[in-house]
Amino acid sequence: MENQFTNAAFTAHLAEHRLMGSRDKSSGAVFCPPRPIDPINHSYDMEWVEFKGTGRLEAYTVVYTAPSAMLAAGYDRKNPYCVGIVKLDEGPMISGLILGVDVAHPEAIKIGSTVKATFVDRVEAETPKTYLAFEPV
Amino acid sequence: MSSPKLARGVALVGAGMSKFGSFKGKTSRDLFVEAFVEMLESVDKGIDPKEIDALYVGNYSSDLFEGQGHIAPIMASWTGLNPLPAVRVEDACASAGVAVREGILAVASGMYDIVVVGGVEKMTDLPTEKVTDTLATAADVQYEIPAGFTFPGFYAAMATAYMNQYGATPETFMKVGIKNHNNGALNEKAQFGAKITTLMEARRASAIKKGLPVPEWETELEFLHDDKANPVIAWPMRLYDCSPVSDGAAVVLLVSEDLAQRFTDKPVFVAGMGQASDGALHDREVLSSIPSARIAGEQAYKMAGITAAEIDFAEVHDCFTVAEVIASEDLGFFARGKGWIAAEEGETSRDGSKPINLSGGLKSKGHPVGASGVGQVVEVFKQLRGQAGPRQKAGQLKYGLTHNVGGTGQTCVVHIFERRN
Repeated sequence: MENQFTNAAFTAHLAEHRLMGSRDKSSGAVFCPPRPIDPINHSYDMEWVEFKGTGRLEAYTVVYTAPSAMLAAGYDRKNPYCVGIVKLDEGPMISGLILGVDVAHPEAIKIGSTVKATFVDRVEAETPKTYLAFEPV
Repeated sequence: MSSPKLARGVALVGAGMSKFGSFKGKTSRDLFVEAFVEMLESVDKGIDPKEIDALYVGNYSSDLFEGQGHIAPIMASWTGLNPLPAVRVEDACASAGVAVREGILAVASGMYDIVVVGGVEKMTDLPTEKVTDTLATAADVQYEIPAGFTFPGFYAAMATAYMNQYGATPETFMKVGIKNHNNGALNEKAQFGAKITTLMEARRASAIKKGLPVPEWETELEFLHDDKANPVIAWPMRLYDCSPVSDGAAVVLLVSEDLAQRFTDKPVFVAGMGQASDGALHDREVLSSIPSARIAGEQAYKMAGITAAEIDFAEVHDCFTVAEVIASEDLGFFARGKGWIAAEEGETSRDGSKPINLSGGLKSKGHPVGASGVGQVVEVFKQLRGQAGPRQKAGQLKYGLTHNVGGTGQTCVVHIFERRN
């Protein structure tokens, strides 16, 4: 089979501000990011599915010591950022930047709060890139 | 599930390690040679290197850290072991633990009788952000790293899930760091082998010498809450919650059980082992536990025919302080959600019911990532033989456990070692 459930396809959808994953045609199980093979029943007959983008914050941190890519995006010790893991309403969990929260008071950020997907467009080395993020509803 | 028994028994008969730390002018091979020679000298009845059948080397990323790939044959060359088969094993921070497992499997298979297993990493040549970037390649660079995650960030996120679920606080994790520094102060090989109180005194002395305001910390926790002395790296993980960037090497000698007495009257036997893999952190059903560690631990206990209660002491993968609390539950030492209470009550300290990281752990001893798994085995070898010097755990020790994690638990490998009398 030719695998269409690639990171390139996922990021092309992100560039269109769509959060897409895969669905196992036999069991209906959904995956985000998209998986080519269902790890439960090992089926590889999948189709694309679009997620609503709403979900629940499961875990988070506020990063003060940023990696190179985030330094380049303008984050550092004086401008820390929140990153977390969100459980989408459809079931899967995914990592994303968490915007619109008070990074100065990380203890006040609430696990369990409702968030929705938003898309961050950046230009890196003259190439446009889109990143998945979430913000409180 | 893996087979619960080895085809033949395997014993540890020698162990050595370099000092862990930051060593300008020393490369992987230089550190590996130091650990190898100490291993040779540790063999009670001696070993002729000509008897060795193969070499396994745990290493995470000499390619990115040093610009040197293909290091297993180089380690064989510099230890004088060419043309023996030399194999590099890479599973991130679990590289060395998995190398130990591969060495055990090779001897158990009957293919080899005598195998050297080492681990090595040289991390301090790169600036901090490049070290962060290099470590990040152990995560999913397509779906985790673009979100902004770093390794301190992953464990910090697990800490928020754990705190939210069970009620621990950032101080719980600080107490783990204080305990591991207390242990590491007794380890001459440790990178930061000093108690937190000693570090506080040094800071005060330095301030007085420079004519600066003298910090007024009354307790270790006050020091650890000070944003200047102990800055946040990824909330709630602060500097003293994180293992350091380290250089170091460790080496052990594995032989078939029937040969053990030829090398020593005090062999240490492989009683059980387990290994499991997993996907990205966001792919797990729970974020307050590491499923691969639970599976690897269960496999190891089953193979050894014992329960967690029979483990006398453990070296666990405390790359971040929260990881030690989670490990203490994943390995069954304490019930889910109770590990933080046990840590706060001193159950995991030297004199507690379940001593964890008598060596100082990765936190105090240092974490040269591809060497750490073998470093843990070196500590268990010494403790079980009563050779751990000032940090020797008193009393009759029978079972010691090692728990080595790659990434956030994409790999976990557990070994149980036994001293028989």
